[in-house]
Amino acid sequence: MALISNSAKLRSYREELVDKKNKEGKKVVAICAGTGCNAYGSPKVVAAFREEIEKQGLSDKIEIKPTGCHGFCERGTLVLMHPEKQLYQRVKPEAVAEIVEKTLKGGEVLEEHLYDEPNTGERYKTEHEIPFYKHQERLILGKNGEIDPTSIDDYIAMGGYDGLTKALELGPDAVLEEVKKANVRGRGGGGFPAGRKWETCKNAPSDKRYVICNADEGDPGAFMDRSILEGNPHAVIEGMIIAAFTIGADEGYVYVRHEYPLAIERLTIALAQAREWGFLGKGILGTDLDFNIKINRGGGAFVCGESTALMASIEGKVGEPRAKHIHTVVAGLHNKPTNLNNVETYANIPLILDKGADWYISKGTKGSPGTKIFSLVGKVNNTGLVEAEMGMTLRQIIFDIGGGIPDGNEFKAVQTGGPSGGCLPASKLDLKVDFDSLWEEGSMMGSGGMIVMDDKTCMVDVAKYFLGFLKFESCGKCTTCREGLRRLHELVTDISEGKGTEETISLIEELCDTVEAGSLCALGTTAMNPVLSTLKYFRDEYMAHVNDHRCPAGVCKELITYEITDNCNGCMVCAKRCPENCIAGEKKQLHVIDNEKCIKCGICKDVCKFDAVRIY
Amino acid sequence: MTVQFTINGVKVEAQKGESVIEVARRYGFEIPSLCHHQAVTPYGACRVCLVEIVKGGRKKLTTSCNYEVLDGIEVVTDSEAIHKHRAMVLELILAEAPDAEPVKKLAAQYGVNVSRFERSDTEMAQERHDCIMCGLCVRVCTEIVEVNALAFNGRGYNRGVGGPYLEAPQSCIACGACAWVCPTDCIGFVEEDGMRKVLKWDRELPMEKDENGRPIAPKFQLHYFKEKFGLPADIYKKAPGSR
Repeated sequence: MALISNSAKLRSYREELVDKKNKEGKKVVAICAGTGCNAYGSPKVVAAFREEIEKQGLSDKIEIKPTGCHGFCERGTLVLMHPEKQLYQRVKPEAVAEIVEKTLKGGEVLEEHLYDEPNTGERYKTEHEIPFYKHQERLILGKNGEIDPTSIDDYIAMGGYDGLTKALELGPDAVLEEVKKANVRGRGGGGFPAGRKWETCKNAPSDKRYVICNADEGDPGAFMDRSILEGNPHAVIEGMIIAAFTIGADEGYVYVRHEYPLAIERLTIALAQAREWGFLGKGILGTDLDFNIKINRGGGAFVCGESTALMASIEGKVGEPRAKHIHTVVAGLHNKPTNLNNVETYANIPLILDKGADWYISKGTKGSPGTKIFSLVGKVNNTGLVEAEMGMTLRQIIFDIGGGIPDGNEFKAVQTGGPSGGCLPASKLDLKVDFDSLWEEGSMMGSGGMIVMDDKTCMVDVAKYFLGFLKFESCGKCTTCREGLRRLHELVTDISEGKGTEETISLIEELCDTVEAGSLCALGTTAMNPVLSTLKYFRDEYMAHVNDHRCPAGVCKELITYEITDNCNGCMVCAKRCPENCIAGEKKQLHVIDNEKCIKCGICKDVCKFDAVRIY
Repeated sequence: MTVQFTINGVKVEAQKGESVIEVARRYGFEIPSLCHHQAVTPYGACRVCLVEIVKGGRKKLTTSCNYEVLDGIEVVTDSEAIHKHRAMVLELILAEAPDAEPVKKLAAQYGVNVSRFERSDTEMAQERHDCIMCGLCVRVCTEIVEVNALAFNGRGYNRGVGGPYLEAPQSCIACGACAWVCPTDCIGFVEEDGMRKVLKWDRELPMEKDENGRPIAPKFQLHYFKEKFGLPADIYKKAPGSR
């Protein structure tokens, strides 16, 4: 028997939870236990806090809560103390005893654990004061710092499943209108309005419909969906239930990568709870809605993030895309109408129902309402997960939130939209980010990857990297993608090795045109973006490789030479570390590199403390 | 149900469920293709059959083999853009199958006599020989013969076709349908010394002899047919005319 049998019960259950929490009046120490912080050693920090709290007899006053990702991965392990939202960063287990004693018991602020802005050195006490958080609009991610992802009670206490009760009261048609009005666009990359997708699926004649959540996040450097599933799985489940109710589906799947063990673990717990509490199963909340969700683990092929390949994979077939002349909303999984949205899209749905479409469209831009989560990585001070209101400029995201470029280097480009996205130069920094603006500039929103590059990055090398990734991840079904991407990679490699000519560049452009026009799925039709966008904005750099056989950024190995300058004081460190033993020189004498033997690994430059090794 | 639309401005009629390429060919419009065969499900692999289709006012370049006919669409089977893209697709294919006559012939029609891309020298490419990954052998084996001996292996440029893990397929009955349908003749099918060999799959099977001692077909294949169609036990003992 379900714990929550109708909407009224849910409300009273929530009131009880909130009353209990208020009565207890516990201080909550939320410790990030996302994948990033876990790697820093967050489980040890959690254990140390629990031990210390127990030892000091504070268990009835302080609750230690491991949560999902808070976003500020650069500074893990993150410890957020509620209700003040005081944030301690880079916390190690050894520091825990002092934190409990002085801060939690004594109310003292320990300066050394506060965030210090790398450019100004200024320290900030609370989370919302820190520039990284201050400029964000954390509608989705904000809850990650408050919810224990393994506790459905935490989610319910924060208003969870309220969107679902509202949806059930409104009825499917009104919900559809609300979602359409909110104009929430597909966060997986396509940017197609979810409401229109739902409508077509709902109206497609069939006795059976499916709802699928695409959690096959495969872009290099992207971890948005992972962090939502790890930090707030019930939001996604609630979104899926609302979708199922609206379109009339009774079966759902979450297709999640096998490489996301923590996301799968937390989702499994959340699904079991949702069933026990009565949000999944037969007669949900006393209505005639029947819906269940299964987890389908993906084997790790990038192409399985493509909807038709994903569905083939769930069916047990090889994960290859098929032509979408007939859309999956009409004939998808097992040839039945299937609504597929991405994790972040589903996580937006409860919010829209709870707060209304009018509120939702007040956020973001006219064409792209709401917020978007970006994984801000690369050469940027504040690496992490960022949730920005649509319409924020690239500059605001990279410099205000991201804190700019480290080591005093210059900004060169930002790559948005994952491997099939494009690279935008400094002249585009004031571009307002939304689905349409990025597309117009030759890049795309994609699922929200944002890789920042500094002036030490070679754009030919970047294009080569992404083409290498895509040619490896192409399923190989269609000629243009299988052969075309391989050839593009070969041609760009030629350029990076100084073997390219101007003809190579025109052949690249010619080939890109056919790969885009002739490929079967979006992997192929967008794969030329990294090459075309770098050619568009950084053509000079290509020409330097082609005409002068020179790599201006000093990256392409075939075109660079290492040299030791007069700065050398003969410390012999580079000579000792050189794996090829090709650096000669006596102690306190100028060293010399034998360029015949040098493999250009760059170790000498890395280890030199006197900046004596240069690339030319 | 009948569907009406135009091909190169000519009004045509077709049955719902038919593909654009089939209807176009029936009306005498030429659309080249290397991976299409009317007996099996369209796959859309070779990309040579690209055409332009205008639907709801929007023009799109797409493959005609897997595009089901719709009322009111406008199909264009040749244009400058189509020609350009087909030529590039054929150039890509020719690079990997330089000895395949049908590819050479078709590429020449599009002005491609030599590919600007070099043939890869990887082991995988050598193994593939003139295979263009059209998947007709796989589809025939799966859909028509129904023994599922063949499949694609690997992905992207490492793709290959053959038995599981690219080893000799144990369920292959050496019927030869794959070799017959292959557009580049790269499979190889011989009968000698009482054995039938399908070279590309490394499959060799002894052949059953009729009452006069003449080889008919592999025992494995005959058994499979007998079971599948419920034929009399002594069917193969009889002379061909009286079976």
